[in-house]
This record gives sequence, C-alpha cells and structure tokens, in this order.
Amino acid sequence: MVQFLQQIVNGLSLGSIYALIALGYTMVYGIIKLINFAHGDIYMLGAYVGFICTVQLGLGFFPALIIAMVTCAIIGVVIEKIAYKPLRNATRIAALITAIGVSYFLEASTQKIMGTSAHSFPDVLGTQTFNVLGVVISMKQIIIFVVTILLMLLLQYVVQKTKIGRAMRAVSVDADAAQLMGVNVNATISYTFAIGSALAGAAGVLVGIYYNTVSPLMGLVPGIKAFIAAVFGGIGIIPGAMFGGFFIGIVETLVTGYGSSLYKDAVVYIILIIILIVKPAGLLGKNVKEKV
Amino acid sequence: MKERGIFNKYNAFWLATILVIFGLLFGLIAAGVINQVYLTVLMGIGINIILAVSLNLIIGLTGQFSLGHAGFMCIGAYAAGVVMKNVSSSVGGVLLGMLIGILISVVVGLLVAGPTLRLRGDYLAIATLGFGEIIRIVILNMNITNGAAGMVLQKVVDWPLIYIMVVLTLVVILNFGRSAPGRACLAIREDEVAAEAMGINTTKYKIMAFVLGAVFASVAGSLYAGCYYVIKPDMFTFNKSIEILVLVVFGGMGSITGSVIAAIVIGFINIFLQSFSDIRMIVYGLALVCIMIFRPGGLLGTKEFSYSALYKKLTSKGASK
Repeated sequence: MVQFLQQIVNGLSLGSIYALIALGYTMVYGIIKLINFAHGDIYMLGAYVGFICTVQLGLGFFPALIIAMVTCAIIGVVIEKIAYKPLRNATRIAALITAIGVSYFLEASTQKIMGTSAHSFPDVLGTQTFNVLGVVISMKQIIIFVVTILLMLLLQYVVQKTKIGRAMRAVSVDADAAQLMGVNVNATISYTFAIGSALAGAAGVLVGIYYNTVSPLMGLVPGIKAFIAAVFGGIGIIPGAMFGGFFIGIVETLVTGYGSSLYKDAVVYIILIIILIVKPAGLLGKNVKEKV
Repeated sequence: MKERGIFNKYNAFWLATILVIFGLLFGLIAAGVINQVYLTVLMGIGINIILAVSLNLIIGLTGQFSLGHAGFMCIGAYAAGVVMKNVSSSVGGVLLGMLIGILISVVVGLLVAGPTLRLRGDYLAIATLGFGEIIRIVILNMNITNGAAGMVLQKVVDWPLIYIMVVLTLVVILNFGRSAPGRACLAIREDEVAAEAMGINTTKYKIMAFVLGAVFASVAGSLYAGCYYVIKPDMFTFNKSIEILVLVVFGGMGSITGSVIAAIVIGFINIFLQSFSDIRMIVYGLALVCIMIFRPGGLLGTKEFSYSALYKKLTSKGASK
C-alpha cells in the first residue's frame, strides 16, 4: 500500500509535467487543428533557458521559470508566424510535415549550439524530503505540483474570464464566424501559441529540476506522451488535457514500479491506440459526425 | 495504344534501361571508378529507394499518412539478422530472413492496418508512430535479438542483389499504381468519401496498400542487415521514419519517379555533408519547412516519367512541324 501511494505521488509529479505540455498541444489543436509536433522541442528549449539562467546567470528558481516562460512564448509565436501561418489553408498533412520539420530544426540547432551530450541541472530547490506515513515526498515534487496547479488555475481564468480567452474560444468554434464578429483571428492564434509555449517552457524548467538533467532530444518522447495525454482527455478540451496528463503520468510510474520500465513507453502507446479505436474523440470529447 | 500485353516497345525500353544501368554500374565498378566507399553509398541509396518508394505507396498514392515505416524496416532487419546469426551467414540466409521478415510484416501490417486505418489524417499519423515504436520496443526486449546492444553481422549482400530488389520493388509498385486496386487507392487519396460513394471498399484498399508498403520496407530492412555489419534497435526509431518521409516529400508525394530521384540526390548530398553531420539535420528540418511552404508538391508533384509519354511527346512534336 505504501509502495502504491509512493508510485501515485511520483506519478502525480510526472503527470503534472505531461499535463502542462499537453495543455499547449490541446490549445493549438483546438484553435487551428494542427498537431504541433515542435511543441515537445519548445519544452526542451524551456529547459535549456532554465539551465542557462540558473547555471550561467546564477538566478534562482522563480526568475528562471519566468524567463523560460517568456522566452518560450516568444519562440512559439515566431515559429507560428514563420512556419505555420503561410500554411493556414493548406492540408493538415502539409501542416503536420512542416511541424515535423520545425521539430527537427530545433533539435538539431540545439545540438549544434549546446552539444549533443546532456547537461546536469543544479539542485536549485534543495533535496529536502518529507515522510508522510511512510511515503517519501520531496520538496521538488511539492513545488512542481503546486506550480502546475497554479498555472492551470491561471490558464482557466484567462480562458474563461478574459477577453483574449473569449476570443480563443470563439475562434476554436468557428474561425470565420469569429472574424465576422470582429475577433482578430491572427492575433488570437498568436496568443494561443504564446500561452501554450509558455506552459511548455515552465514544464521544461520543472523537468530539468526534477530529473537534474537537460539534453537536446529530451523533448521528443515527453512531447509524444503529452500529445497522447491530450488525445486521451479529448483533444481541444483544456480540462481533458490536465486529466490525461495526470493519468498518463500515473500509469507510467505504476508500470515502472510494478512491471518493467522497459515497457513503460509501449504501454503508453497501447493506451493511445486503444483510445483512438474505442473513442477517438477522447474521454471528455463528444463524437462529431463527418459532414460531406 | 496499339501494343497490348507485356511485350510492347515501352517495356522493351524499360528492360533496356535496366540492363544499361546495370552494365554501367558493373563496368564502373570493374574499372575501379566506383571505389568501395562510393559503392557503400550506392547501396545505401538503393535501400533508400526501396524505403521511399514503399512509403510513397502509402502516403502519396493512397493518401494515408504513416509514421511507422521504420518499424517494418526493423522487422525485416532483425528477421535477416536472426537467420544470419543462427542458420547461415550467407546470401541464402539473408533471402530466407527476408522471406520470414515479409511474412511477419504481413501479419503485423494487417494487425496495425485493421484498426488504425479507420482513423484519418493526423490521428492515423500518431497511431502508426505508436505502432512503429511498439514494434521497436518489443524487439528491444527480446532475447534472440540481443536487446539494446544489437547484432554484429557479416557483410554478405553485394550490390547486384540490391539492384535486383530495387528494380523488383519499382516494377511491383508502379504496376500496382496502374492496376484496378491502385486506381482505387488514388481515388481514396483524392476524396475518401466520394470514393466510398462510388462503391470502393476503402478499408480493403487502404489495408492492401499499407501491407504492400510494409512488405517492401521489411525487404529494405533485410538488405540493410545484410550489408551494414551492425543492426541496433535505436537505428529504427521514429527519426528513421522521418528520414524516409523527407525523401518522399522532397521527391513529391505521389510521384514514384520523384522518390527515386530524391533518394539519389539526397544520397549524394549526404556524401558532401558527411563531415558536417550536425548541420545535415538542421538542413533537413529547414528543407521540410521550406518545401511545404514554397513547393508543397515536392520536386515532381505527382508526375511520373514514362517512355510512352515521352514517345507521344516526341512524335506529336514531329507531326506539328
């Protein structure tokens, strides 16, 4: 039982990182129907910005987090303007291939600039641990969890209560109608990319702290898993992405804890395939009939 | 066209082309103009042609976006590797392994295609990516494949075998594209709903194209195992699928000729970029983005080279003069 609870605690901290990345996927998909393959690499860039801030500039955790979020937001918007905007009306496959190209470019450029090997991330949060009824909870896990929840609440506030959020929801329902109602669609898409990328940047810094390491290819697998989390919860639905992220995180730690860590990735892919076959719209999604 | 059956002058032209290229390669290698290094590059190009053409069958001709091609290549490579290690390390061993790989690929291809091809567009891409990775993870965890360390093999495949397989792949896939099932696949690419309304069993033809593509990917994998000394599970990740995708996109989705040209051109470009392998990936990424923005059809779009079209063009020009 204690082991089970321990796995749940570990799963929650891993899941909160997946959830943060999944939010970016789901927001972008909701608004322009693009699987932003490069999203995982934005998360990697966030981790590197955090690494540079803490190691080379000697900043603390919170300044590093803020700088990483702002930098990633800018990078996200720039990528959207250069690579995705010209393809707004192209086929979805063309947009997907472009996203794969951007992802390749970001990975290879980071390898060129920072070297292909992993860097170790300093322990900016200390290694303090608490023992609650036999379950070991580290200070890092608590901070990761709290930061994630705060960012999610902030996101819910932005999406539900502000003007930008209302514009985003309007564009995701019907971009043309929203434009007729006076919504600036291009600006709204840019805001969406900025917010999604900022969340990925935050996730990058948190992961760097959690695993004490950053590497140029670190975004690939978590990016795909976060996407799976978004699909699991119902892509385009914000609470779905949060739920999916925590679910995938917990499943992964349980498989690692009780089964074989070699199969943890395979289990996540199998979950994806099952959900796509059984309920392609995701757990919280509604089925939409295709119209001709 | 007056000539019917397979014995017409265009097929004679093709046969002549195949023999001339073979003779040219044979002569250049015998004369020592193509040394061992270039020969290795040429064999790599041959394998890439098979991979690109078979992926183009799925993506370009049928319009189904698959990101799991490396998984099938992995099956072929390991089938050949296991046979070479345990039965006989010879060309016969590679061919036996190739056959086993084809059988496994057909079974796995059917398993993958059945459920996933009901999905569309980007969902299909992610599902096939997942399947490709599952194949790789299973092979990674098997004992017979020596896990993550991979297998060290002897080089037994020589260039004529690769050349024959390239020709065979092209003949099969080009003819598939012109057959009734191939035309059905084209209809599915153009408009799936309309194709279904015309009475085409879309699922059947999508599965047919997917499995055929998987079989040739597996053949390419077996050849790879037979001529590159080492196979490891990390060679067949999602990145390998993307490398094949780059060839298809560069040549033009839907043009088999384009895929062949792309594999040759990128093969030679890679020789020059070999000393800057880190820049190569940056260039690949930029190239994908630029092609999609400025020339979404790739090099050739959906055009194919054919002697009959060339002949018609030449004769009609002569007549108009």
